[in-house]
Amino acid sequence: MALTMTDVAEGRPTIAPPRVAEVAGGQRTSEEFDELPSKLSVRGLDFFYGEERALCGNSLEIKEHRVTAVIGPSGCGKSTHIRCYNRIYELYRDHKAGGEIWFGGRNILEPGTDLLELRRRIGMIFQKPSPFPMTVFDNIAYGLRLHFKLSKGELADRVEDALRRAALWDEVKHKLKEPGLALSGGQQQRLSIARAIAAEPEVILMDEPCSAIDPVATAKIEELIEQLKSQYTIVIVTHNMQQAARVSEYTAFFYEGYVVEFGPTTQIFENPREKQTEDYITGRFS
Amino acid sequence: MSTLESEVTPGIARRRGVADAAPRRRVFRPADPIFRWLTIACGATVAVAMFALAGVLVVDSWQAITTLGLEPLRTTAWNPGGGEYGALTSLFGTFVTTLIAMAIAVPLALAIALLLVELIHPLAGRVVGTTIEMLAAVPSIIFGMWGIFVVVPLMQKYVEPWIQESPLGRLSVFGGTPMGLGVFTAGVVLALMILPFVTAVTRDVLRMVPQVVKEAGHGLGATTFEVMRSISMRYALSGIAGAVFLGLGRALGETMAVTFLIGGDVNTIPRSLFDPGTTIAATLANTFSEATDPLHVSALIELGLILFLITMVFQLVAQAWLRRARRMSGSRA
Amino acid sequence: MSAGAQTPSQRSVQTLAPARRRSVARRRVVNQLVTAGAWVAATIGIAVMGWIVVTVVRRGIGAISWSFFTELPPGPGEAGGGLANAIVGTVVITLGAALIGIPVGFFAAVYLAEFGRGGRVATAIRTITNVVLGVPSIIAGMFAFAILVKPLGHYSGLAGSLALAFIMLPVMTRTAEDILNLVPNDLRESALAIGAPRWKATMGVIVRSARGGLITGAILAVVRVSGETAPLLFTALSSPYWLEGLFGPAGYAGGPTANLTKTVYDFATSPYQNWQDLAWGGALLIIVAVLGVNVLARLVFQRGKEWH
Repeated sequence: MALTMTDVAEGRPTIAPPRVAEVAGGQRTSEEFDELPSKLSVRGLDFFYGEERALCGNSLEIKEHRVTAVIGPSGCGKSTHIRCYNRIYELYRDHKAGGEIWFGGRNILEPGTDLLELRRRIGMIFQKPSPFPMTVFDNIAYGLRLHFKLSKGELADRVEDALRRAALWDEVKHKLKEPGLALSGGQQQRLSIARAIAAEPEVILMDEPCSAIDPVATAKIEELIEQLKSQYTIVIVTHNMQQAARVSEYTAFFYEGYVVEFGPTTQIFENPREKQTEDYITGRFS
Repeated sequence: MSTLESEVTPGIARRRGVADAAPRRRVFRPADPIFRWLTIACGATVAVAMFALAGVLVVDSWQAITTLGLEPLRTTAWNPGGGEYGALTSLFGTFVTTLIAMAIAVPLALAIALLLVELIHPLAGRVVGTTIEMLAAVPSIIFGMWGIFVVVPLMQKYVEPWIQESPLGRLSVFGGTPMGLGVFTAGVVLALMILPFVTAVTRDVLRMVPQVVKEAGHGLGATTFEVMRSISMRYALSGIAGAVFLGLGRALGETMAVTFLIGGDVNTIPRSLFDPGTTIAATLANTFSEATDPLHVSALIELGLILFLITMVFQLVAQAWLRRARRMSGSRA
Repeated sequence: MSAGAQTPSQRSVQTLAPARRRSVARRRVVNQLVTAGAWVAATIGIAVMGWIVVTVVRRGIGAISWSFFTELPPGPGEAGGGLANAIVGTVVITLGAALIGIPVGFFAAVYLAEFGRGGRVATAIRTITNVVLGVPSIIAGMFAFAILVKPLGHYSGLAGSLALAFIMLPVMTRTAEDILNLVPNDLRESALAIGAPRWKATMGVIVRSARGGLITGAILAVVRVSGETAPLLFTALSSPYWLEGLFGPAGYAGGPTANLTKTVYDFATSPYQNWQDLAWGGALLIIVAVLGVNVLARLVFQRGKEWH
């Protein structure tokens, strides 16, 4: 790792572009990039909050079993963008999306899409860890009970499985009956991850998952992301460039609702094609 | 102004351009403490009023309490002319009408609150919300008149016979001769009267559920109802309990509408919901102004004392639940 | 960290059999049924409201006439007459109640919002206010009966006012406190920071900025109390005569005072058609006044929560 945990804990700033993590089999060229299968294919995505346009013609490819980071300054539309993937914006009346997002052979922005199944297959972790007001066990079991018919034993097995995959099992196995809110911030976030994993998603969206938790817990989650990507496809929004460099293979740089540049993380950070990207990477604005 | 001062505050002196500063207002020093004491006194007035009420009720019912002992709580016939002071019928009627009212109003209120918080377009929501709030403003006597002139004939001619002909009619609780007036009708109209209150408190409590948690639920692929049932309700449970107890308190003390609809002078516990009955409030309304015998008056005041104590308990419990709801949402927000 | 969970994903995938899925269609149907149920419930509420208004208007409009507002009640079965004395009586009794209830309630709210914040005394007063709010209105009447009717030996409009004031007081306190709490703290602090004495800061600045809401709250409290019947049942009772002065047998403090709600109650429960018609007219007047003021207040000052 280019930066150590101590660097992270002490908030060391970088002015030069950070060194990118060596990922086993990491893609670094455009040709290799294009050959990989896309899990999600975004084409011309627009988004409106009422009359106000927030996203303009976004096009991206989210590659399977890779981590894609979405970076950019505050208010550039990163969260808005990934919230289109699971159509969570549908909860709000005047939020509208246009364009196409291809997932599993279908355009999920089409009216007839089964949202319940979509949201099972594309899970979401929010910035603020938000355990349900239930026990740890019930938090994980929530998604399971929603989507599956399971016996008590099967349920317990799957809860344990999800907690193991989220690297939380050892810490909470004696606390399953305690309220989810009793866990620490970092644990709550891993609980949210376990909760999403339990529903057997294919994609996990993470909207600034580490913003509200301490640096040590952040490091644990970054390790977890590393482990998870062999099973899932991960998209992570982050305002922390170093984090993006550490965990992702691909990075998309957003600015004011546009995808300014998208490509392998090494290329974005070492060799950005756009001046805006370079300015952002080198900290000229944030 | 001395030359010393004009050195110290040259700006002011220059601005004034004149030796004298503006004369200071004489500050009326006692004003603030007087004001404070005025507000405390007014705040204390409500406490004085409550204790005065409690005191007066106890004092004026003392004669009945000592003379009658436990008789009111053990016998059903309220016939002061004949020396009988059984309050059980009134108590029974009070509780049963309240129960019927809650059984109808609470599910309706939950449904409407769900609609207002999750399901409805903001503009339509304002219309629905305002209409329900208007319902709360309708005075009790109007409900009573509407009840007796419109609802009672409907009950007598259509609803009660219909129930009796349905499988429910086999239950003795729906037996008797349908007269329209009675415990059932009173309960139904009472439900409509407390509906707005329970709805409003429930709606406010549901609005306190943090948006992130609801999004997390939806994000897992839950339907709106599923999020409401498993997540929102858990957050809102204390608040809804508070709302229910508030509704109970109001229903217990409701007078005019019930007096119109429940049927009046009754001395036995009704065997069917369609029979007439009476409540404490209705008994008071019907007989208080005609009571002349001091023991009679005292007994009626004793009934009032009982009603006061019951509603006070429910109100306190409701407040406790609502405080708990506010604390919980505060700590989780 | 959990180094032992090296490749937990792979291990788990092998040990878990694929699970049977719950029917999405069924979950959807349940959701739709509940949504439909919610709409039905709302429709019931609105329908009842409309039904009541329509009923009162239909039955009461015929009784509204010039004489309704100017003449005394007729005898049973006689033609003509009106509820003029009852209308006047209600106005007088309600105003009498407001004279105590509004100012005392207001200043109590000032205490709770400005001085008491968080203290034990304030919490106690708030709890007691809530309890008094929950006292059935007929018990308020009993209170006034015990204090003013029994000792003096006669019913009076004044006793009615006392009973209504008992009800009005906590309503006004709660409403006013809510409204005063809406005033931003910055305003409070800047008023005091200029060096204004507490009472001036409160009355001049804070109350003035909350003036609209307070006036609305006061009007709503008064209007709400004017529709009450139970507290007047054994305090002001009713009377077929005009109100005459203060202390005589037909006076405000001297004898039973006609009022709209009790008269409507008496006439509605009587067997005489002309009286019932007048009762509906009275009901129409009551509902127009109460609902009309409520709607107007809402339009003029956009806040809810006036009806606790």
